[in-house]
Amino acid sequence: MARTLSGTAIVSGDAEGLVLRSDRAISLWGGVDPATGEVIDRRHDRHGASIAGRVFVVPAEKGSSTGSAILLELIRAGVAPAAIVTRELAPILALGAIVAEELYGERVPVVRVGPDDWDALADGDRVRIRMDGSIERIAD
Amino acid sequence: MKLSARDREMLNGNHGEGARFAMSVVVRMADAVGAQELVSIEAAHIDACALLSRSSLDFIEHLAGDGARVSVPTTLSMVSLDLENWRYLGIDPAHAEMATRIANGYRALGCVPTWTCAPYQGYLTPRLGQQLAWGESNAVAYANSVLGARTNRYADYLDICGAITGRVPFTGLHCTENRRATVRVRVEDVCAADWASPTAWAALGTLVGGAVGERVPAIEGFSGLRPSNDALKAFGAAAASFGSIGLFHLVGVTPEAPDVTVASQGRPVSETRGVTAAMLRAAWEELSDAVPEAPVDAVILGCPHASYAEFEALAEALARRPGTHVHDAVQLLVFASAPMVELARRGGLLEPLARFGATIVRDSCPFHAPIVAAEARTVMTDSAKCAYYAPGELNVRVAFGTIDDCVESAIAGMVCGGGAPWHGR
Repeated sequence: MARTLSGTAIVSGDAEGLVLRSDRAISLWGGVDPATGEVIDRRHDRHGASIAGRVFVVPAEKGSSTGSAILLELIRAGVAPAAIVTRELAPILALGAIVAEELYGERVPVVRVGPDDWDALADGDRVRIRMDGSIERIAD
Repeated sequence: MKLSARDREMLNGNHGEGARFAMSVVVRMADAVGAQELVSIEAAHIDACALLSRSSLDFIEHLAGDGARVSVPTTLSMVSLDLENWRYLGIDPAHAEMATRIANGYRALGCVPTWTCAPYQGYLTPRLGQQLAWGESNAVAYANSVLGARTNRYADYLDICGAITGRVPFTGLHCTENRRATVRVRVEDVCAADWASPTAWAALGTLVGGAVGERVPAIEGFSGLRPSNDALKAFGAAAASFGSIGLFHLVGVTPEAPDVTVASQGRPVSETRGVTAAMLRAAWEELSDAVPEAPVDAVILGCPHASYAEFEALAEALARRPGTHVHDAVQLLVFASAPMVELARRGGLLEPLARFGATIVRDSCPFHAPIVAAEARTVMTDSAKCAYYAPGELNVRVAFGTIDDCVESAIAGMVCGGGAPWHGR
């Protein structure tokens, strides 16, 4: 059953993919391998998973301000998430996506959702992100 | 969004592609974070030069290739290479070439080649109330909290875009009202002797960072104590790694916090559980995941970059162990800026380090340059920030301890530690 969630597009774009759901804030630097997209922070709840090609649903960002550069490199290397959905405002992630669009013309949407919609995003859901920040769940 | 005539000129490309690119990023970020206007800055510190990657090089060569220049005095964080001594450190020439090109790109923009993550202990120290665009989370915490300057935690590439345009989104810690403490953290039963070492402050930083997240804490219990600059540096570096702290107020110590009322601007503050000695001891223990007495492969000091006083402290720790030498299987690495190393040399502090077998690394960082041996399994450090990042970045286990613990471990070639302070309380 499809249901549309209304997020705010912090960085606009179209994307589709499977949700990789996390309930812990992430620092991309020290947290994700920029060559592969694998989560390498042992303290993170998705340690060992890959964010490449996934709709990475993560509550917030934290830690190093090098995170935006890691996102830019993930995008350049073709192992970035398809989109990023956060509950809190995540300026470091937004910046990486903005610079990637300016430098390479590649769009990775960054969307912020409210607490109710946040709870509705389950690991493994297939979702489509639209330019206006809405998130459509697609039935298998 | 309110933009000045000059902002619009830049955005329209009248000042070249580099300035257009930089202003476009600044304006889009202002929009992303909901800022209504931009604010002019007086200085910048760039962290984006630290990361060695193809995209990092693409970015800076795009800006520098157009002849863009920074419009405010701009210092640089570490680069992924000891630019003068890399050949002696066994660095791959291909890595060195890319790092050197990145470094040259930032120099071409007119940045001052300071190459340090502790710019507040070097050139162009900011003043109270100055608006800045600083990158590097530990430097941001220090500039805001200890110096009373005003900067957000600038993420990579926005710092340099701010430096080129001289403008940043007017939001967050640039604005007086957002600098007020919103949460009180009371440290119980402070005994000055327990807080003499920066490592104690690092452990507190992990607790406070974890407890307050992005909020601005007023930390009470230290009024009358005079923590060293290095203690505040260790605290901020830890708090900004284990949480997202950009500003802390240490009541009775830091400039915007003579008391809680001033620090909170007379507004209500929430309260966290008081920090007890037992919590501090637990935080200290949690910084280590190495097996006790495991073989140590590397000892990392100078994260953030060592100050003159930290070189002195290391020389004093070595003087307490005369005639000893680093174990054959251990790298003892001290990271610092080139000017600080030169000061230490003038102070006669490098000779005892060289006799002991320490390696000094300038300009750089264990996480951005391949200096720690790839086979390393266990790293010892006196830095909570290093302890936080080493497992992911270096794929090692970590042991945390005082400078004396680090020296002892380097001699013995295995994890040695006297444990946490805060005994018997």
